[in-house]
Amino acid sequence: MIEPKITLELALEHGLTESEFDKIKTILGRAPNFTELGIFSVMWSEHCSYKNSIALLKTLPRSGGRLLVSAGEENAGLIDIGDDLAVAFKIESHNHPSAIEPYQGAATGVGGIMRDIFTMGARPIAALNSLRFGSLSDPRTRYLFEGVVKGVGDYGNSFGVPTVAGEVYFDESYQGNPLVNAMAVGIVKKNRVAKAIAIGEGNPVFIVGSSTGRDGIHGATFASEEISEKSEAKRPSVQVGDPFTEKLLLEATLEIIKEDLIVGIQDMGAAGISCSTTEMSAKGNSGMKINLSKVPLREKGMTAYEIMLSESQERMLVVVKKGNEKRVKEIFDKWDLNCEIIGEVINEEKILVDYLGERKAEIPPQDCVLGGGAPVYIREQKEPEYLKQTRNFDFNSLPKNQNIENIFLKVFSSTNIVSKRWVYEQYDSMVRTNTVVGPGCDSAVILIKEINKALAVKTDCNSRYVYLNPKEGTKIAVAESARNIVCSGGTPLGITNCLNFGNPYKPEIYWQFAQAIEGMGEACRFFETPVTGGNVSFYNESPESAIYPTPTIGMVGLIDDLKFVTTSYFKDEDDLIYLLGEDYEEIGGSEYLKVIHNLVTGDSPKLDLPTEKKLHDSLLKLIKSGIVKSAHDVSEGGIISSLAECCLINKNKQVGCEVNVEIKTSEEFSLFSESQSRVIVSISRKDKIDFEKILNDSAQVFTQLGITKGTILKINKYTFELNQLSDIYFNTIEQLMK
Amino acid sequence: MAIKFGVVVFPGSNCDQDAYYSLKKILGYQVEYLWHKNHSLNNSDVVILPGGFSYGDYIRTGAVAKLSPIMNEVKEFAERGGIVIGICNGFQILCESGLLPGVLLKNINLKFVCKDVYLTAVNTSSIFSQNINRSLLIPVAHGEGNYFCDDVTLSDLKKNNQIIFKYSSKDGDVDNSSNPNGSMENIAGIMNRKGNVFGMMPHPERVCNPLLGNSDGKLVFESIYKSLIK
Repeated sequence: MIEPKITLELALEHGLTESEFDKIKTILGRAPNFTELGIFSVMWSEHCSYKNSIALLKTLPRSGGRLLVSAGEENAGLIDIGDDLAVAFKIESHNHPSAIEPYQGAATGVGGIMRDIFTMGARPIAALNSLRFGSLSDPRTRYLFEGVVKGVGDYGNSFGVPTVAGEVYFDESYQGNPLVNAMAVGIVKKNRVAKAIAIGEGNPVFIVGSSTGRDGIHGATFASEEISEKSEAKRPSVQVGDPFTEKLLLEATLEIIKEDLIVGIQDMGAAGISCSTTEMSAKGNSGMKINLSKVPLREKGMTAYEIMLSESQERMLVVVKKGNEKRVKEIFDKWDLNCEIIGEVINEEKILVDYLGERKAEIPPQDCVLGGGAPVYIREQKEPEYLKQTRNFDFNSLPKNQNIENIFLKVFSSTNIVSKRWVYEQYDSMVRTNTVVGPGCDSAVILIKEINKALAVKTDCNSRYVYLNPKEGTKIAVAESARNIVCSGGTPLGITNCLNFGNPYKPEIYWQFAQAIEGMGEACRFFETPVTGGNVSFYNESPESAIYPTPTIGMVGLIDDLKFVTTSYFKDEDDLIYLLGEDYEEIGGSEYLKVIHNLVTGDSPKLDLPTEKKLHDSLLKLIKSGIVKSAHDVSEGGIISSLAECCLINKNKQVGCEVNVEIKTSEEFSLFSESQSRVIVSISRKDKIDFEKILNDSAQVFTQLGITKGTILKINKYTFELNQLSDIYFNTIEQLMK
Repeated sequence: MAIKFGVVVFPGSNCDQDAYYSLKKILGYQVEYLWHKNHSLNNSDVVILPGGFSYGDYIRTGAVAKLSPIMNEVKEFAERGGIVIGICNGFQILCESGLLPGVLLKNINLKFVCKDVYLTAVNTSSIFSQNINRSLLIPVAHGEGNYFCDDVTLSDLKKNNQIIFKYSSKDGDVDNSSNPNGSMENIAGIMNRKGNVFGMMPHPERVCNPLLGNSDGKLVFESIYKSLIK
């Protein structure tokens, strides 16, 4: 193949800017050749370099608490959970590929995040996902939704890690640009954590796992631009997943790490061999000499450019301690996987790439990577115009005195509120036999067999709130995740974030981003839940518009004793029902406003951090005193929807209730308000005195709502049959998907 | 006499560790892994083919696993009357290799399904279901669990009492609404004519540990254990 001439036009086609192209020439002291241009373009793509986000990300709390590895230092963050164990977890987006090839896009999203976990030596124990689509009434949305769910399911099910929790939202804002955020959680012995580093001159560099093909070339660059009509042509940029090979790779990788045979290891996701060789070398202040002729290929006639940029899945780059080559090969042979030496670590800070006897690239690794020579930008910010309108919206202008029964049935039928049973039943949520609480409750609870403790895990973000108030909305996303963890009996440990935004070169988008980071930082510092890492996904725009800013939060909490595990649903009749927290009739950005009035407006609910923290502390105190029978937070659809969920979630034993909810100014507003820092709790009558004493002692605001009773939801003067609600709750999505 | 269980590990098995853990740590039985490339069952008294996606199940579930080296020994063992249990993917492998009659088709809605289901033992005197006189709550997790066989086979199964478990309601009603995958006559588990090879789609090994809130699965393994130590 004749390589194209290196021109500015070619650099621009590669997604680089003119000044970036100049910078490459300065670094090299000459013009790059074609392969080098390719390497720089993917390494400096938004996806790999975080060039437009890293400056702000550095303001987030990235240390403290039980954090062992700071954000960005390794493939995933690491938190100490005692007993010589640590939990590794991370969330990552696969939005762009899923928008054009939903099945493979989602599947490889799961595969990629799993590799980030086991490349650290951690065995993945749980998968979560946060999915967002346009309206289900649209046939293309149904196609994307069906494909994404099947992709997530098929990969995780075969790989053998339970998919235990997550969230699915539907809103027109995601019509052309769905969000697929996948999270994985793993457990590792603290002294067995593997690093993504290349050191020790002469140590052999292995490529292991799948062969390299032409799939996914420029996937990272593709993920760094807006989705348009032309995107369909980028379908070849989408990788193809093979969970079976990944499962073998998992077992083999954990074996070589356990036997202490290696210096460092990094998975190959975005930017493939380019990324793993440069990042591992940069971290070790070393270099590598690589011979691409040794790379197992699945296609004939591949060029150096293609091999360096391929994003073929299920591959790892491993730096082995010299002398262990034979043993490493034995292990990969046992699992029938490729395992080839493709080069060695050198002392010089250079990546030297040879192919078919020719030098194809010679680049300094530090200059390619984030934290090194990759560009860093702080972009212009501007508060978006729409906020003037939304903030000043007059709620008194809404039509009043509508029929509450009808309103509730409509709101409760919203695809954002009803059970995601149709989704999670397609996921194996139980394999590995650690699932104490599976999908459907406030958070999922995963047993850690070795130590008889459990992890509570959850993802969360209400992007309408973030759209209406990026800072407050992001605080809410952190607070609600923490609240969900606490409702399950856990102490929040830390978060990982997946920041899905539009084009950062638009000042309004960058303002949303900056505000969100500020809110996240504030909340994480307050709850002492550091950010262990995550992922930024910009350019989430379809030709129509940008998505709602969606900073998805993935949170992990620790449950010290299994007896503290708490679920969301009412357990028995004649228990007392309480509300912790207070209502302020906040319906800005609410599900009610959207479903009934077709509006996304107003301000987001307020989030007072001390109030929220007090709620967590007092609820944990109650749970640890053993008197909480159920705890469920009040969120989308207001207190009336949350009460209905408490009645319904346990399909095998649904328990009704009879409650009175205080009405402030209007029934609609009070019942459907989404004021924060509220939890519905049920207890036995006999514990009433102890319960109220604990709350009074901690000055936690609470009200008794009523009792559990019968087979109806009775709220003030309104009654609903649980049978009818249950049918809505569990079958709505299935009906829409028929 | 100590009874030893052997859990076969195929590439892509992913319930092997669950079976091992439940048998060893929860039930306290002797158990070891059997690597698929080996030609020995290491004197196991009971061989378990676990769930998962052996060889990725890319061609047809169980179609490649049946050719694995260790399957020769498993077949010989079964022919000698040795006890072989296939769970989920293991059941599919047993059908593929002819050790059990019938096939497991794609679920009727073409979707993977993972949920708790009730099972009723229709034969309560087999090695695998002795004295199981109430419905059991045991999860399924499969994309191909829709049992099918021809009419002659079906009537043979019935005549010889080879149907062990059917999907049912909690009260034991075998009806359409409790069938998770479209399986013929709600069949969830069958054995061979000799009564020593047994396959079931639901996962008893997943519901042994009381910490997870349900230990109905123990009854199946205890039934096997008790019949062997007699």
